[in-house]
Amino acid sequence: MNDLCFQLKGSAVSVIVLELYQYTPELFARQLDEKTTQAPQLFQNSSIVISLENLSENDTPDFAQLLDQCRSFNLQPMAFRAVPEALTQVVRSTGLPLLPAANRVDREPRPRNIAPAEAQSDTSRDAVKTDVAPAVEEEIETAVEKQQERRPSMVITRPVRSGQQVYAEGADLVILSQVSEGAEVIADGDIHVYGALRGRALAGVKGNTQARIFCQNLSAELVSIAGNFILSDTLRKHQWQQPAHIYLDDTDVHVVAL
Amino acid sequence: MAKIIVVTSGKGGVGKTTTSAAVGTGLALKGFKTVIIDFDVGLRNLDLIMGCERRVVYDFVNVIKQEATLNQALIKSKRNDNLFILPASQTRDKDALTQDGVETVLNELAETFDYIICDSPAGIEKGAQMALYFADAAIVVTNPEVSSVRDSDRILGILQSKSRRAERGDSPVEEQLLVTRYNPERVATGEMLSVDDITEILAIPLIGVIPESEAVLKASNQGTPVILDQESEAGQAYSDAVDRLLGNELALRFMDLPKKGFFSRLLGGK
Repeated sequence: MNDLCFQLKGSAVSVIVLELYQYTPELFARQLDEKTTQAPQLFQNSSIVISLENLSENDTPDFAQLLDQCRSFNLQPMAFRAVPEALTQVVRSTGLPLLPAANRVDREPRPRNIAPAEAQSDTSRDAVKTDVAPAVEEEIETAVEKQQERRPSMVITRPVRSGQQVYAEGADLVILSQVSEGAEVIADGDIHVYGALRGRALAGVKGNTQARIFCQNLSAELVSIAGNFILSDTLRKHQWQQPAHIYLDDTDVHVVAL
Repeated sequence: MAKIIVVTSGKGGVGKTTTSAAVGTGLALKGFKTVIIDFDVGLRNLDLIMGCERRVVYDFVNVIKQEATLNQALIKSKRNDNLFILPASQTRDKDALTQDGVETVLNELAETFDYIICDSPAGIEKGAQMALYFADAAIVVTNPEVSSVRDSDRILGILQSKSRRAERGDSPVEEQLLVTRYNPERVATGEMLSVDDITEILAIPLIGVIPESEAVLKASNQGTPVILDQESEAGQAYSDAVDRLLGNELALRFMDLPKKGFFSRLLGGK
């Protein structure tokens, strides 16, 4: 008879971190409202950890009110993180546990591709640096990106013939030969084709809008980035049979000279 | 050890059987013991082109089903002692071909023959896949028109992925391109693709260009492989292709505009 009641295990749980910069009840409520309207499913009953690591000094929020506001938006605060020495007492009185500050490594900025589309949103983020909301957003982005496994590029050296399909899952796809009419090359990341691209090329098929297609000879039937595609009719007007670089800006697929 | 060469195309009516008969005969003329196998079960044609239809008693399917021995089914050419034909069954369908059965027959043939030419049926289904599965080399027959080129591209993909060599990870099947029914006049007017267009799309070595010729139709109807008609351009072009198949380098012929378009009559029925 097995009378074991439980087992203790170490496990990493991903949660949303609310990085608090400053606290004014009305402003906080308004910004939180904006955020939750933007992505209602994401915030529905989500557990959150409130980080005080970047809280401006001299700011002593009313933590009880802060927690009430969070709960009224269907968020479930489960702990505080990186609580400054001076606030320990006040925070402890809320009854929630106190977690140590996050690892330094975690906080290093991630290396990212500099893309025209992203440069824009970066500036808008700077403008509201002191808001609560963007910080929440960034943490979520990190969590999502960590889930996507990054694999080495898939390299194909022989021609991809009509009727054949190549899919580079979670990776970039490099084709050193040609892609025939009626063939399909698909990648979660970028696609590079060094021979003639006469078939279909679909980059970022799992929704990566930063994915790009590079080819030496653009004669494709269709190119698509994150589900936004253009057909050869349109392609014939841009860089047809020339080296080309294809990227997505919002929902517009752009074809430019390589 | 015999070399197994499949003659294939994907598309029908491009000249696979004509090519199988011509290349097989050409190799036999060079002194190689050669057998041509008709894989087009149900639509037997090779025996007609080879002029031996009246001597068919047993066929490929009989051998696979062990209803006859290989020696009973093989038909020896009356023109050349090195040349044999294994005819297809006319009363069965492609399902009669089993992989094990085909392998057993090919292994037995490989003991005595230098070359085994597999004349593939059109399409990409079982019959065609069975014909190419055991191949060491492939002659891809293509007409200078877009649908034929695309079908050839498709069959090249199948050679890459579904042949025994591909499944075992051996060196890939040697792929060679043979363009048939080439008419330089119609290429000049833009009605047909040029050899350069075709080789650019298919990206495999070219072993020959057979000009469109009345001699081909005449040879088929008489049951004489066109390569034996050395007065015709098509016959000479097939001889060149056999030489190139054996590794010799020859310049391409019959690709310039003829002075008079006396082949144009053939094109009417397209």
